Amino acid sequence: MRYVAAAIAIATGLIVLVGYFVPALASVQSILLNWTIILAGVAALVGVFNLISVHGDKVRRREKGSIYSAILLVSLFASFIFGIALGPDHPDMRLLVSAVIVPVEATLMALLTVTLLYASIRLLRRRNDLMSIVFLLTAVLMLAASATLPFIEISPLNDLVRPWIQNVLALGGARGILIGVALGTLTTGLRVLFGADRPYGGK
Amino acid sequence: MNLIELGLVVFAAILLFAISLTKRKSPPNWRVIPALTKLSHAVDLSVEDGTRLFIALGRASLLTSRGGAPLAGLGLLRRIAERTSLSDRPPVAVAGESSLALLAQDTLQAGYQAMGAGDLYQPTSGRVSGLTPFSAAAGAMPIIRDENVSASMLVGDFGVEAALLADAAERENSFLLGASTDLASQAALFASAQEPLIGEELFAASAYLDAGALHSASLTVQDVLRWLIILALLAGSVLKLIGLI
Repeated sequence: MRYVAAAIAIATGLIVLVGYFVPALASVQSILLNWTIILAGVAALVGVFNLISVHGDKVRRREKGSIYSAILLVSLFASFIFGIALGPDHPDMRLLVSAVIVPVEATLMALLTVTLLYASIRLLRRRNDLMSIVFLLTAVLMLAASATLPFIEISPLNDLVRPWIQNVLALGGARGILIGVALGTLTTGLRVLFGADRPYGGK
Repeated sequence: MNLIELGLVVFAAILLFAISLTKRKSPPNWRVIPALTKLSHAVDLSVEDGTRLFIALGRASLLTSRGGAPLAGLGLLRRIAERTSLSDRPPVAVAGESSLALLAQDTLQAGYQAMGAGDLYQPTSGRVSGLTPFSAAAGAMPIIRDENVSASMLVGDFGVEAALLADAAERENSFLLGASTDLASQAALFASAQEPLIGEELFAASAYLDAGALHSASLTVQDVLRWLIILALLAGSVLKLIGLI
C-alpha cells in the first residue's frame, strides 16, 4: 500500500512540476491543484477535530492547565453554534472577532516587544561573540535613526547610516539568505520527488 | 526564461542523483554546525532521562511557495521519531496549519513503524496548536511549560511570534534550536533562541542527524548551485562594469 501512496505522490508532484514548463500539462496541473485545495479545506476541519481531541483529553485527565483547555472548548463550541445560527457577517459575530481575537493578538504582539527587548539584553550573556555585538549595534543604530527623539535629531544617522545599512548591508544579506533558502527548498522538493522524504508516511 | 528554470531543476535533479550514488560509499565530510551537534546530543539525552522533545513546524501551507521549510521540518521530525521511538515520552509535534499537523502525525507514525515500535505511537503527539500565528504560539507555549520538555525545535516557517516560544523554552531552561525561512523571524530567533540556524542551515538539519545518502547529496548540490550563482553574479557585475550588458 505504501508503494502505491509513494507512486501516486511522486507522479502527482512530477505532473504539477512539469505543468509549469509544458503548457500541454497545465490543465491537468490545474485539476490536481484544485483537488489539493479541496483536500486542504477538509484538512482544516480535521485540524479542528484534532484540537478538540487534544484539549478534550487534557480536560478529562485533569492535567495541569486543563481549565484553559476547557475555556478553549467552550469558546470553540459557542463560536461554532452562534456562527451557524447567525452567519459570519452578523454584527455580533464581527464583534467576536474585533473585540476578542484582534485585542488578544495585539496584546501578544505587545508582549513580544518586551520579550525581544529582554532577549536582546540577554544575548551577550548567552553568546558573547562578534556577530552578537554587530547584531546589537545595528539594532541600536537603526532604532536611534528611526525613533522620534525629543529635542534632538541625529540627521547623519537618519540620512546616511540608516539608508546605507538598509539598502546595502541588509538588502545584500537578505538576498544571500533568500538564495540559500530557495536552493534548500529546491533540493528538499527533489528529495520528495525521488521518494527519499515521504511526509505522507511510509517506511 | 522557463527553459532556464527547467534546466536548473533538471540539472539539480541529475546532480542530486549522481552525487547520492557516490555518497553511499564515502562518509560525509561537512563543516561543524554547533547548533546541530548540540541538537543531536539533546535528542540522545532526552531518551536517556525520559523527557520529551518538542518540535514546532510553523504555519506555512504546503500549497504556497513557503512549503519547503515545513517539508525540511518533517524530514527532521522523521529522524527524531526514529531515534526516540523507544523513549518513555514520545516527542510532540505542533503546527499552525491543519494539513501540516496531519503530515506530522503521519511522519511520527511512519518513524515509529520503521523502528518496529508502531504500537507506541500516540495520535495526540501530532497537534494543531492554533490556526493564526499568535494563537499557534500561545497554544504551543503551555506544552513547553507543562509537558516535561527538555529540548525544543522550531523548524519551519514562523513569524516574529517564534520569539515567544523561545522565551517559553528559556524560562524552562531547556535547549532550543530555532530555524525559520522568514527573515524577520530569523532576526527574532537570533536574539532569543539558544541555538539559531541562519538561512539554508535549516535544510541541513536532517542530513546532520544521519538521514542518508540523498540528504547528504542534497547539501553538496546546494553548495554546487550556490557557487554557480556566485560565479554568475560576479560575471554579471564584470559585464555590467565593462558595459556589455
